[in-house]
Amino acid sequence: MNWPAVQAIFMHEMMRFFRTLTQSIASPVISTTLYFVVFGAAIGGRIQSVEGISYGAFIVPGLMMLTVLQQSVANASFGIYFPKFAGTIYEILVSPTAWLEVALGYVGAAALKAILVALLILATSFFFVDMTIAHPVWMIAFLVMTAVAFSLLGFIIGLWAKNFEQLQIIPMMVITPLVFLGGAFYSASMLPPFWEQVAKLNPVLYLVSGFRWAFFDVADVPIGVSLVAVAIMIGVLMAAIRWIFLTGWRLRE
Amino acid sequence: MTAIIDVDHLSKTYDSGTKALDDVSLTIEEGEIIALLGPNGAGKTTLISTICGLVVPTGGTVRVGGHDIRTDWRAARKMIGLVPQEIAIELFETVMNTVRFTRGLYGQRPDDAYLEQVLRSLTLWDKRDSLIKELSGGMKRRVLIAKALAHRPRVLFLDEPTAGVDVALRREMWQVVRRLRQEGVTIILTTHYLEEAEEMADRIGVINHGQLLLVKPKAELMGEFGKKRLTIELYEPLDAIPPEITADRALDLSEDGRSLGYDYDTRAERTGIARLLADLSGAGIKVRDVSTKQSTLEEVFLDLVDEDEHAQEASEPMEKTA
Ligand SMILES: Nc1ncnc2c1ncn2[C@@H]1O[C@H](COP(=O)(O)OP(=O)(O)O)[C@@H](O)[C@H]1O
Ligand SMILES: [Mg+2]
Repeated sequence: MNWPAVQAIFMHEMMRFFRTLTQSIASPVISTTLYFVVFGAAIGGRIQSVEGISYGAFIVPGLMMLTVLQQSVANASFGIYFPKFAGTIYEILVSPTAWLEVALGYVGAAALKAILVALLILATSFFFVDMTIAHPVWMIAFLVMTAVAFSLLGFIIGLWAKNFEQLQIIPMMVITPLVFLGGAFYSASMLPPFWEQVAKLNPVLYLVSGFRWAFFDVADVPIGVSLVAVAIMIGVLMAAIRWIFLTGWRLRE
Repeated sequence: MTAIIDVDHLSKTYDSGTKALDDVSLTIEEGEIIALLGPNGAGKTTLISTICGLVVPTGGTVRVGGHDIRTDWRAARKMIGLVPQEIAIELFETVMNTVRFTRGLYGQRPDDAYLEQVLRSLTLWDKRDSLIKELSGGMKRRVLIAKALAHRPRVLFLDEPTAGVDVALRREMWQVVRRLRQEGVTIILTTHYLEEAEEMADRIGVINHGQLLLVKPKAELMGEFGKKRLTIELYEPLDAIPPEITADRALDLSEDGRSLGYDYDTRAERTGIARLLADLSGAGIKVRDVSTKQSTLEEVFLDLVDEDEHAQEASEPMEKTA
């Protein structure tokens, strides 16, 4: 393994995050606060509790997931797209760095940034709601696995995209709707039976549900299914990235 | 000397159908500077990019230091530094950080003392903490060289290092290259400036239409350029050159018989011009005028490329008959 290369890429990506620290931190904190004000105050006033949990607390895992998914995809896709766009990717392509090392550097940094922001949201939410986390270790495990899975997805989007429009389109058209319909702000069991079945086709539901289980010990779907779903996603995406680098698709002529 | 790069029957046809490399074979010796000379679109960048791993060849093999670039790519790439033709560099990064980054990519531990030496030799040390976007074009190019040297490569590729660079900077770049060569770095540069190939290279390779037309030591090529041609215009056309004048000289008669051509070596002790003129007047051949012309690298190059064009045309199918 070429660890110095992994480290170089990883640190390079993290530095960008720290260079724009205020921006990186301010926007999630502000949007979390807004979500609490809008959803917590407006809806929370009507819905006292979901499955025995106060609505304010109930939306915390969903908010964190929402952020992790969006941030992971955005960070990783931009991280690899930008050097392609600027032409600086040549440097990585001519260096003795294997696909796994490149992916580890970019995906690791993208995932860590997303996790940091999610934890920041968690910290912010403690100002608004009173809660204890039932399974903190599982909570972190879920957070990390989800961040990695979606950073891998973002990485592929960044490799695939030929222009900024393509870079934005999948996050906008696919990921955001899936997240909003993935039960971040409600429980699938609150839906009519038909829609509950439809909702269960959404992979994000399993993530949110599993994550919520780690917080409150309640879940819409079995936790094991959630974990396996993320693990499979990571495996498939890794294989895809390996294929991209080995064939040089959209990277080498 | 030992071969550090061995290119064997290398071909590349892009997806678009362009045949950018056509069966190129080339051996580069350790420690030499070789210039690849050719017009735009000749395939120079493709050749370099293929050796460096940016372009996947459609045929042939490349070995760097004995390591195959496909099967033993890590070892091969560790030996190589590439300065690309286009200035592609991150603008919001400092000079020192970007050079450190490259060193990391090559799997090497930080060595700021060595990087300082590299930056100093490229007169970039004072700019080490500047953002790259604040640097001039020439400096940016030097930063690219510094990046390419960050891991102490044994082979450095410079793709058109002085394209669009002013004369002063060009001379500076040449100095940098010479110093690297003294340190034992093998250098492959591409250029379409003959002056540059002449100035820098130990060997010159001429490339056109993806084919390597020739590779020769510069001295040998220069020997050919040391030749001059004397043209003697005659009052009366000749049917043939009288045998007593031809003697053992390389003389030729123009088609209309009105001028004689004589090739000679300017560096030879005797050019033989005086004797030729004396012999002509002895044979009663009156001379109207004489002129001389030096064949330059430019001409030899153009001749080569020209011959190649004709060869290409001849081999192309007739499509415009309708
Ligand atoms: N990425 C590419 N896709 C398709 N054709 C290309 C590509 N890069 C170069 N070519 C073509 O290959 C030929 C050689 O190009 P190049 O190697 O850049 O030449 P040079 O560096 O000598 O100017 C040209 O005809 C060019 O148009
Ligand atoms: Mg070129």
